[in-house]
Amino acid sequence: MSEGTLYDKVWEQHTVSKLPTGQTQLFVGLHLIHEVTSPQAFGMLQERDLDVAYPELTHATVDHIVPTSDQSRPYRDDAAEEMMSELEQNVRDSGIQFSDPNSGDQGIVHVIGPEQGLTQPGKTIVCGDSHTSTHGAFGALAFGIGTSQIRDVLATQTVAMEKKDVRKIEVTGELGPGVEAKDVILEVIRRLGTEGGVGYVYEYAGEAIENLDMEGRMSICNMSIEGGARAGYVNPDETTYEWLENTDYFQENPEKFDELKPYWESIRSDDDAEYDDVVTIDGSELEPVVTWGTTPGQGVGISEPIPEPESLPEDKQDTARRAQEHMRVTPGETMEGYQIDVAFLGSCTNARLPDLRRAANVVEGREVHEDVRAMVVPGSQRVKAAAEAEGLDEIFEDAGFEWRNAGCSMCLGMNEDQLEGDEASASSSNRNFIGRQGSKDGRTVLMNPRMVAAAAIKGEVTDVRKLKEVTLA
Amino acid sequence: MSDEIPEIDSVAGTGVPIRGNDIDTDQIIPARFMKVVTFDGLGEFAFFDLRFDEDDNPKDHPFNEPQFQDASVLAVNANFGCGSSREHAPQALMRWGIDAIVGESFAEIFAGNCLALGIPTVTADHEEIVALQEWIDENPDGEIEVDVEAETVTYGDTTMEATVDDAQRRALTEGVWDTTALMKSNADAVSEKAAELPYVDV
Repeated sequence: MSEGTLYDKVWEQHTVSKLPTGQTQLFVGLHLIHEVTSPQAFGMLQERDLDVAYPELTHATVDHIVPTSDQSRPYRDDAAEEMMSELEQNVRDSGIQFSDPNSGDQGIVHVIGPEQGLTQPGKTIVCGDSHTSTHGAFGALAFGIGTSQIRDVLATQTVAMEKKDVRKIEVTGELGPGVEAKDVILEVIRRLGTEGGVGYVYEYAGEAIENLDMEGRMSICNMSIEGGARAGYVNPDETTYEWLENTDYFQENPEKFDELKPYWESIRSDDDAEYDDVVTIDGSELEPVVTWGTTPGQGVGISEPIPEPESLPEDKQDTARRAQEHMRVTPGETMEGYQIDVAFLGSCTNARLPDLRRAANVVEGREVHEDVRAMVVPGSQRVKAAAEAEGLDEIFEDAGFEWRNAGCSMCLGMNEDQLEGDEASASSSNRNFIGRQGSKDGRTVLMNPRMVAAAAIKGEVTDVRKLKEVTLA
Repeated sequence: MSDEIPEIDSVAGTGVPIRGNDIDTDQIIPARFMKVVTFDGLGEFAFFDLRFDEDDNPKDHPFNEPQFQDASVLAVNANFGCGSSREHAPQALMRWGIDAIVGESFAEIFAGNCLALGIPTVTADHEEIVALQEWIDENPDGEIEVDVEAETVTYGDTTMEATVDDAQRRALTEGVWDTTALMKSNADAVSEKAAELPYVDV
């Protein structure tokens, strides 16, 4: 078992009791809720006549069903309106803070928590959403839970968990031009598999990780779950503290920053920490990674050939064959030139300000290909406002992108933003599962935001490094 | 709390095989069916896009086949339930009629969600699962017993060794899989913990 890691320390700090099942009852420092997975949990509480135990440690937003075009109420979609109303009622009844669309603070739950300073090192953070792992970028222990567990957290502010092993993923070297955090995590999943992380928490370390900004670290931790690991984290450092200092919470409570910093320092993994497994990846060898299949593990470097199913481990061959048939790709060829119909720049993986800046840099002075519909869905209202202050909206709109309001949007197709028929999308999101983007015949190619921008312009999967006059640093 | 939490030592019933690795929760219940505020009625949407075409005509899928309509033991392959944390997925399977799942491996959040509903997720080797799936095809009316306590799955003349995660086994067999009441009883320890943590202001 691991010892002296951030995971061990935070786990220890938050242990309330040992349950008869052998599980640990773990205190939850921050419970984030949204409209899709929480209403049933509130219903379960009502059935048992229980109240929310710690509403002040709970924070709500709306992201999954919220329209990203016309947001006037009532929403055009009755089901969406009902879910929104239900959430509004629940947060009002329970006294839970709500970053609603009128607040200017609304956005994807994994974007707004870090923005507001709710996400902090050494906190335990849960949410009824698998991408809660995102918050691990700050050195928090953060993981997704199901609705019955949301009920537990609402009623008790604790969750029943089993301790996991810790795998350190050390990414050495410097990432090359045009290679981003997204490429690192797609490579991790490709190498270790979509179930390689089951039973593990991932600690991301090494020069390439330390050199990333917080947004890049979030992109990596975000997709831990795509690799099977329920949580992933990066040890907090000066980059983390700089971000925190500028958030609402610490702007309003500057004394808290000095008060908490020793705690943040104390929960960093020890230099001589013991890990259950260590994997090293040479970051300097990576190139932009795109997916060719229908699981996030089916990725390939942009200049590499799509694998022959027979060349894969036996248990992966069947899935690969079916994926290649669905995607209509040919083994032996590269993904370059794969025609796309839609470009989606958004999601909790890649819709923060630097993601949009990098993509805008590629787009500037160019036009979206005539056969492509392209949209930018900023991760939050604040990201949107900040991007507009820099004029990014004009760059995107001049090129032919739609500039939308914040939400999960086409990442999972729960609002109007969906693929139609067998459309292929270049997407900065996190899942290329069949049907994920709203059409069961739809085809999703995952890639980094600059690659999405390049694909939008060319109408096909394109190596952004080959576009002229693009600054890739 | 009024609910009596049953002890689940074993689950018995006929089987239904769903083949393939990495079957994600978007396939088990597509997101568009999650625009609901209760879990009622989700059963009919289980595997919807694999079961029906654009015009809602049934396709070949085990959940559509008449011989499997009463099945309660689902036999699956590796990394079943990966992806989104939606509890709607096991809720849909449960409401369709599934009481236990036997597979090569399960995604963690999915297995946890199943446990919260009292559905065992039992694992066995690839070869054993394939043999079980084939047996189910040949014996759709044959009874399968998933013994959580003994960690075995018995069908026909075969009893195969299976693995049940320790915490899951104890939770199910001792009737403590509904954790709300259990954890609520430690409310004092929880408030002590809240007071002790440096970042909590309550």
